[in-house]
Amino acid sequence: MKIDSIKNGIVIDHIKAGEGMKIYNFLNLDKQDCTVALIKNATSKQMERKDIIKVDCFIDLTALGYIDPNITINVIRDGELVEKYHPELPEKIVNVVRCKNPRCITTTEQELPHVFKLTDAGRQVYRCIYCETKAER
Amino acid sequence: MRSLISILDLSVQEIDELIAVANDIIDNPKNYAEKCHGKKLATLFFEPSTRTRLSFEAAMYELGGNVLGFSEAQSSSAAKGESVADTVRTVSCYADIIAMRHPKEGAPLVASMNASVPIINAGDGGHNHPTQTLTDLLTIQREKGRLNNLTVGFCGDLKFGRTVHSLIEALSRYTGIKIILISPEELKLPSYVKQDVLQKHNIEYVQTTDLEAVMPELDILYMTRVQRERFFNEEDYLRLKDSYILTPEKLQTAKSDLAILHPLPRVNEIAVAIDADPRACYFRQVLNGKFVRMALILKLLEECV
Ligand SMILES: [Zn+2]
Repeated sequence: MKIDSIKNGIVIDHIKAGEGMKIYNFLNLDKQDCTVALIKNATSKQMERKDIIKVDCFIDLTALGYIDPNITINVIRDGELVEKYHPELPEKIVNVVRCKNPRCITTTEQELPHVFKLTDAGRQVYRCIYCETKAER
Repeated sequence: MRSLISILDLSVQEIDELIAVANDIIDNPKNYAEKCHGKKLATLFFEPSTRTRLSFEAAMYELGGNVLGFSEAQSSSAAKGESVADTVRTVSCYADIIAMRHPKEGAPLVASMNASVPIINAGDGGHNHPTQTLTDLLTIQREKGRLNNLTVGFCGDLKFGRTVHSLIEALSRYTGIKIILISPEELKLPSYVKQDVLQKHNIEYVQTTDLEAVMPELDILYMTRVQRERFFNEEDYLRLKDSYILTPEKLQTAKSDLAILHPLPRVNEIAVAIDADPRACYFRQVLNGKFVRMALILKLLEECV
């Protein structure tokens, strides 16, 4: 299977097989005008099967580390790989996860942003800033 | 401008300073009688809690200030569907400081993000109640003369008791603290509190179901209510409730300088016969609550120089 190579953009590699669509939606890629390719079940030396997303432009990836810090991000400029990194765990995520605690103020005040903060980097624990309920993955 | 939402918003040093100011207020009330002259405290109680509200209002009056506010949501604009953010923006125009109680967890934090005056969390659902914890700390300090090197027993409902979780959190920042957790199996301290607080700070702790067995060790006994509705069936409740009621007989093996605390209101978990015992501190604790709130208001209004 052949996909046009990217000139200026990013390749999100080593996505757990089956998680590609989730990340596609999470990054709102349906709203992008540039070329986007979602590759499912590619063969991988490291993980047997993986998903890959190619985006032919630059987009905001700040919250990606919350979804999976093991993903690899490749940055391509003028057709050359210029940077390769794993996303960091973001300190704060806004409107990515919704608080499930029925006693939380976010349940009665609909316009409040759902904000979670990283409280334990080792165990990747995020807690609601309002009620401290743990984010469920 | 600062607010107090959780007890952990205050450093140990700031807590020690508040306790020092509260002790000075107790010794020299006249020096503080006009400190907040011309200042207004708004008590915004979206759910009723007469005890806490009166404590805040008495505190402000004793500082020479004034008080305005409401005592239940029905009499506020919240009944018309106004957001917490809008309510506190409005009240910020009338008051210099706000004490807020709300049934929803996190409401005071939302208030502090939108108000232009300091917010004091006066209880948000089952979440935080930092002025209760300050009250408990002042009481322990006054009764024992220290906040370190203490064996502290918590008895009753350790599962849902937010005052317990928050006091354990506050005490775990002091040295030489040993915690003894006394409760029925059904109401044990949640594992996240053990993991995130006790184990994280290397606090020595013991779990038991037997109050009498640990009584001789205790410097502090913090009693809480065991509520009928916490049990799945009436049988379990009836079987267990008496084990967690403090009686003069159970106190026989206690230290002579034990301090018995209770966040009140009490139902029957401390026999009335104990009230006359000098080790019963819970009514002095109520009074301490007013003094520590005075110290806190001064600190947040930066009048405390
Ligand atoms: Zn929440």
